Amino acid sequence: MTATPKTVLIDPLIDNNPITLQMLGICSALAVTTSLAPTLLMCLALTSVCALSNTAVSTIRHRIPNNIRLIVQMTIIASLVIVVDQLLRAFAYETSKQLSVFVGLIITNCIVLGRAESFAMNNGVRLSFLDGLGNGLGYSLILIFIALCRELLGAGSLMGVPLLPLTRDAGWYEPNGLMLLPPSAFFIIGLMIWAIRSWKAEQVEEAEFEIHDTASTKP
Amino acid sequence: MSADTRSESAHRSGGIGALINAPQNSTRNIVFIAVALSVVCSVLVSGTAIFLRPLQLANATENRQRIILEVAGLYDAVTTGGELDSSELQRLFSQIEAHVVDLKTGKYVDTLNPATFDAQKASRDPSTSMAISEEDDIASITRRANHATVYLVRDDSGIRTLILPVYGYGLWSTMYGFIAFEGDANTIRGLRFYQQDETPGLGGEVDNPRWLAKWKGKLAFDDRGEPWIEVIRGNVDTTVTTAASDPRYQVDGLAGSTLTSRGVTNLLRYWLGKDGFGPYLKRLKRSGELQ
Repeated sequence: MTATPKTVLIDPLIDNNPITLQMLGICSALAVTTSLAPTLLMCLALTSVCALSNTAVSTIRHRIPNNIRLIVQMTIIASLVIVVDQLLRAFAYETSKQLSVFVGLIITNCIVLGRAESFAMNNGVRLSFLDGLGNGLGYSLILIFIALCRELLGAGSLMGVPLLPLTRDAGWYEPNGLMLLPPSAFFIIGLMIWAIRSWKAEQVEEAEFEIHDTASTKP
Repeated sequence: MSADTRSESAHRSGGIGALINAPQNSTRNIVFIAVALSVVCSVLVSGTAIFLRPLQLANATENRQRIILEVAGLYDAVTTGGELDSSELQRLFSQIEAHVVDLKTGKYVDTLNPATFDAQKASRDPSTSMAISEEDDIASITRRANHATVYLVRDDSGIRTLILPVYGYGLWSTMYGFIAFEGDANTIRGLRFYQQDETPGLGGEVDNPRWLAKWKGKLAFDDRGEPWIEVIRGNVDTTVTTAASDPRYQVDGLAGSTLTSRGVTNLLRYWLGKDGFGPYLKRLKRSGELQ
């Protein structure tokens, strides 16, 4: 498949999604999705870092010596993450405090380094920017969906605005406390992968081994 | 001339051209790229930090003021929806009276402005701070400023709420916070931290509202006026009172965070003790301003 501006931007949304197909970036998907507001900020941070690091790496790709290429990529990513973190602290102080260490942990997010190494090192600046943007958006799509489920079912609200009247305020909705704990994000990601692979059967991986029916092989 | 021979000739001629045109995997290029990248990235990072610092400081000040309001019970983020704009914050904060206290004498110092006095900065300057001897340094802060800013809320019968800044070392980080007392300067009204970097989910739970709610109504000082408040391991048993353990002075420990919990006990005992606000609290009691 040749990379065209359209495919590099659209593919990572569903067909080649970094979370549901490549299983990358799960850590932050569990950690920041208890409510929608910090999730949106995290998505914005990751998408901008991913797009900009891809652009920067692609710009100097002919100059990066092979044996220090990972250090060069990490330095670029780490600097961008610090800049984004500083911006959040200046302009979105309250929400950035909720995100605590997770903005800093974008440095170790496999999606960002993965795109820099596998795409930006081999493709032009414009395509690399779109690829970073597309992968950031693919990540955001999944996170926003998880956060929607978790905040609505776990706290009966969205963006902190109460939507379902809670039983403790004399309403009818009993919030599901499990939704506020990290395992619920695993369950939602699992269900999403199941749904996507039922819809797009080509994403189903071939079994690495076969399970034999031991009862029938007995003499 | 082909690209190869051009870079080859530049290579031989030396100077800047040799660096810029060095082949991709040559040692020269590795050093050049490493140095150039480091310079560009450090300029970018430090430039952003310096440029955004005023905004971040303003945010931190507002955050501190909001925490003071919350710990004093003048503002409740939960019932009011969590949003508080700057002008409303200033209006609420104007109910609070701030003073800089000389910790040794316990007297107010009028020459220092409580709005601009920075205890963290003062504690680093030998002329405005003192070293704490190792045995006294239970909060592990090494030095403390000679002065501290205290906050008061008064009503007709005297001081209604007294808010004192406290800080000390937890597991990884120095935890900065405020403790608020009722007008008797003994019953705790609340405790809040405004800056800490303890492990999220474990020690970081010092910011958990449910844990912080447990502090309300606890007593800080024993009959002799010594700080006795402590964060214990596990949960407080309210049915047993012995000479060594009294539930009125105990707060549940944070699960999985023994060192952070101990840090909270230590920092409170330091700041409420003779080297901290002890002299100031003694003076307040004698002055009859307390309720």
